[in-house]
Amino acid sequence: MDDSIKISIRDLNVTTGKTRILKDINIDIPKNKITVILGPSGCGKTTLLKCLNRLTDLYPELKVNGQVMIDHTNVLEAGEDIYNLRQRMGLLSQRPYPLPMTIYNNIAYALKLRGIRGRRETHKLVMHYLQQANLWDEIRTRLREPASRLSIGQQQRLCLARGLAVNPEIILADEPTSALDPISSQAIEETFTRLKNDYTIVLVTHVLRQAKRIADNVVFMYLGDVIEQGTVEEVFGNPKMEKTKLYLGGTFN
Amino acid sequence: MKRGRNIEEKIFKLLMVISTYFILFVLAIIIYSIFEKGIRSISWEMLTEIPQGGYYYGRGGGILNAILGSLALAFGATVLAFVIGTPVALYLNVFLIRHKKVVSAIRFLLDLVWGIPSIVYGAFGFSLMVFFGLQTSLLAGILTVTLFILPIMIRSMDEIFSTVPIGLQEAAYSLGSNKSEIAFKIFTRQSISGIITAVLLSFGRGIGDAAAVLFTAGYTDHLPNGMLEPVATLPLSIFFQLSSPVPEVQNRAYASALVLTLIILVVSLFSRGLGKRYHKAKINF
Repeated sequence: MDDSIKISIRDLNVTTGKTRILKDINIDIPKNKITVILGPSGCGKTTLLKCLNRLTDLYPELKVNGQVMIDHTNVLEAGEDIYNLRQRMGLLSQRPYPLPMTIYNNIAYALKLRGIRGRRETHKLVMHYLQQANLWDEIRTRLREPASRLSIGQQQRLCLARGLAVNPEIILADEPTSALDPISSQAIEETFTRLKNDYTIVLVTHVLRQAKRIADNVVFMYLGDVIEQGTVEEVFGNPKMEKTKLYLGGTFN
Repeated sequence: MKRGRNIEEKIFKLLMVISTYFILFVLAIIIYSIFEKGIRSISWEMLTEIPQGGYYYGRGGGILNAILGSLALAFGATVLAFVIGTPVALYLNVFLIRHKKVVSAIRFLLDLVWGIPSIVYGAFGFSLMVFFGLQTSLLAGILTVTLFILPIMIRSMDEIFSTVPIGLQEAAYSLGSNKSEIAFKIFTRQSISGIITAVLLSFGRGIGDAAAVLFTAGYTDHLPNGMLEPVATLPLSIFFQLSSPVPEVQNRAYASALVLTLIILVVSLFSRGLGKRYHKAKINF
């Protein structure tokens, strides 16, 4: 496998009952770039993302076949190693799900899973990750409050900080700004652009402008198929497929 | 058309209002009669002394034996049921997530045993005691009541755990948590108020039941010296006092019922206060 490729998906099929959610997906996701998975609602973007860290395990009705290689490990055949593999991928979901504990402990919990136990080190890293997610200045005096008291935008940034705290190599983001106000959205996007030197970022979205703003690579999906993939210039500047042109032109959503 | 719908709305609303206030009224009468009759006979002596000879025919003494007996029995059984029941409910919701059919079979079975009357548990406990050659005792009572409240404990916790949002579970799994960490750190914290309700419900059923302890815990006018001696309970004490031909003793039965009600009230208030402290961390969706 080419070293510039971080995630390589081969012949991935996901079915539920008789419905095929993903059909023979083949995607290469390059290292330290932002890859945007673009497509209308219901095209299988979220399911694809869940295959990457095998959250599909939580949905017994999903049958997953194929290969998802992260570096040289097949995630789908990882067995019990999945708990360690998941730590290599931070997840940011559509709406924030802080853990039912204090703001501080949300980050400290992630650090503990990573094996960091020392009090002073925990303290330092909690601050570090909250700063990385653009949240520290707003909440530095509220660290012992329950995370549920934060606004939605703050919660989402807390979730980003928590995702970074497990020290992942990859960030998976599933429409992370869809529930947020414009300012919080911008904060998240800026953080992503800043982080891409150190992380491989996979972002799922249906917002064309967001894709255009931050993507390096674009994968366009429609009804479970990958229609087109390439750099942002290729896909947005010179789309080859008819469906891509129609979607980019705003003909269907 | 529009008028028809308005009338419909009014009829249904009236039905709901009548049902609600009717049932509240009935419950209020029950509580009122317990208070009204109980408060007259309740006394310090009754709360702090064991029955003297001839208590059930109007002589002095109290029901301390039954109060302490019931508390020991219900606390013991609740703790045991909690220790056994929590892992079961967590297992159903965290570890068996990919085996929906097994989970629903287990739930069905638990619902079934929930419906078995407590006298059957009493009889079962009694036959076990005969088999092992044990006499009626606090221990036998605790074990029988534990069995009796286990389905209640498990199913109430199970209901709460099944409402933990899948998104929260995904968030915790994506950090690399394994299943037992998800169970004991995420599910329990998110469900703390529901867990307290489950414990309360089980405690209430345990302390209020007469049939399960009739053959197993027995009855005595004395305080037991250990787990292997028979013990008195409030429901049975109420029964014996009510069976007395002396009206004064019958009134003491209401006083005993008042004590039982107050115990449940105090335990409810205490655990609600406890729950509030932890409730803040719960994520609301």
